[in-house]
Amino acid sequence: MRLGFNFWLGATLTALVIFAGVLAHWIAPFDPVLDADLMNSELPPDATFWFGTDGQGRDVYTRILYGAQISLTVGIVSQVINSIIGVTLGMTAGYWGGWWDDLVNGLTNVMLAIPSLIFALAVMAVLGPGLPSLLIALGLTNWSWTCRIARSSTLSLKSQGYVQAAQTLGYGDLRIMFTQILPNMMGPILVMATLGMGSAVLSEAALSFLGLGIQPPFPSWGSMLTDARQLIQLAPWAALFPGLAIFLSVLGFNLLGDGLRDSLDPHMRTRKP
Amino acid sequence: MTAPLLDIKNLQLGVSLGRSSYHPLLKGVSFQIMPGEAYGLVGESGSGKSVTSLAVMGLLKRPLAVTSGEILFKGQNLLALPKREMRRLRGNRIAMIFQEPMTALNPLSTVGRQIAEMFVLHQGKSWAEAEKLAVEALGNVRVPNPDRRARNYPHQMSGGLRQRVMIAMALACSPDLLIADEPTTALDVTVQAEVLRLIKELCAARGTAVLFISHDLGVIASICQRVGVMYSGCLVEENETRALFESPRHEYTRGLLGALPRLGSRSEHGRQRLVDIDSIIADRSRLTESRFIAPREREGSQP
Repeated sequence: MRLGFNFWLGATLTALVIFAGVLAHWIAPFDPVLDADLMNSELPPDATFWFGTDGQGRDVYTRILYGAQISLTVGIVSQVINSIIGVTLGMTAGYWGGWWDDLVNGLTNVMLAIPSLIFALAVMAVLGPGLPSLLIALGLTNWSWTCRIARSSTLSLKSQGYVQAAQTLGYGDLRIMFTQILPNMMGPILVMATLGMGSAVLSEAALSFLGLGIQPPFPSWGSMLTDARQLIQLAPWAALFPGLAIFLSVLGFNLLGDGLRDSLDPHMRTRKP
Repeated sequence: MTAPLLDIKNLQLGVSLGRSSYHPLLKGVSFQIMPGEAYGLVGESGSGKSVTSLAVMGLLKRPLAVTSGEILFKGQNLLALPKREMRRLRGNRIAMIFQEPMTALNPLSTVGRQIAEMFVLHQGKSWAEAEKLAVEALGNVRVPNPDRRARNYPHQMSGGLRQRVMIAMALACSPDLLIADEPTTALDVTVQAEVLRLIKELCAARGTAVLFISHDLGVIASICQRVGVMYSGCLVEENETRALFESPRHEYTRGLLGALPRLGSRSEHGRQRLVDIDSIIADRSRLTESRFIAPREREGSQP
């Protein structure tokens, strides 16, 4: 399998985010919440505070490392929830067809018609702010594309010889779905999940920026942006670095997803010069 | 006289045209298969051979549906059987092998595991036990190095080997009836002969009856005791294999046999034209039961 430059750039950026999130506890020079010192507020980047300090004198670098934990958790958990919902609905709809297919299709179309951020906002408004409700909100709103892809893959896999052979060998519907169809459509589903992680990180930042996501004083890239907004002229670094972190991690997830798609899709491979 | 294993009585099926109207595809097909017998079903493409076998398996998909008739398997009407019961029969008591060995195996799991799954599914064996049985089953279908081959993925095997794997899966639970839908069409001639011999021997050893579907009369002749000839959704002739080949009674059967080139016939009888059967399949809806062979009748039109 040939993987292009984009894939490796994406993989590097993603690895960096994972590295930062997992090791934050050990590599961060300060505590993200407790080491607030108003004497140090709004310091520009220097040898002690690599990315400078924010309005309350907290180290921006430390907070970005801890913020990666939130972004990763949100990205991964919400995509796992999305994939489970999308694959379950899409696969059963494609396999069984009939009224269930119509129902799932209708539901998917409704979901696609509502902007997902607005829908997530509504869910957050009901559940209240915080990490768990953030995970639920983002996990419930982005499954429609996964569902469509799972459905169409199932439709094409259903006519494959081995799926029909499995029927004649006495496999039940569920067994066919899990042993014959699901493993054969993991590629596109994985690509969707990776691309979805990027948008989930972005949505989390947006919700936290609006004050509905992670609550202060805990660090999230989105809420760091909110805090830094008032000081943008005094301490631009406090806004610049969280913004960069969001930008680079979303870019990383998207490039990784694109690279995976290119390498898993035989048509794309042959079209390359 | 023993009771037949499979008794198809006046089976009619058709394509649904909406509401309750059907366009008929099978117009009352009846035949019986005795335990351990090999029964051949021949006929041109579209004559209803495969649809008959799918009906027996209970795998007809919309818009196809049985409109009347009975399919008795060991005296039990399969058409009236609940889905769950039918699933228990499939692969266990009635198994099937297909024409396309290249696509009939899941590309993402080893062949050993796919065979083993049959034992887990139908006999409730543990995976460890089932995998041992799978290696044994591979050996039974004469796959060399069965324990190494069991760890192979389908793409690592040739068409002949894959068809053997399919046979191993189908015969894993020693079914009473094996439906073979043109199992050798996609294979080259030498492999074809080996696979045929394998099916013949294994089924004879297990007492498994075979419903062998093909349009290759030579293949049918080598494996079956009785043959049914299908044409346009009807069973037009049925006889012992030898009798059918020696004295075909029906016009269509005669045409079918006449269309076969025979080795050495030129030196015996001089240059001869092969008989051809006129036209594509006639529009079935316009043919009446009594004269459906008429539009392509050969007799009399010949000089």
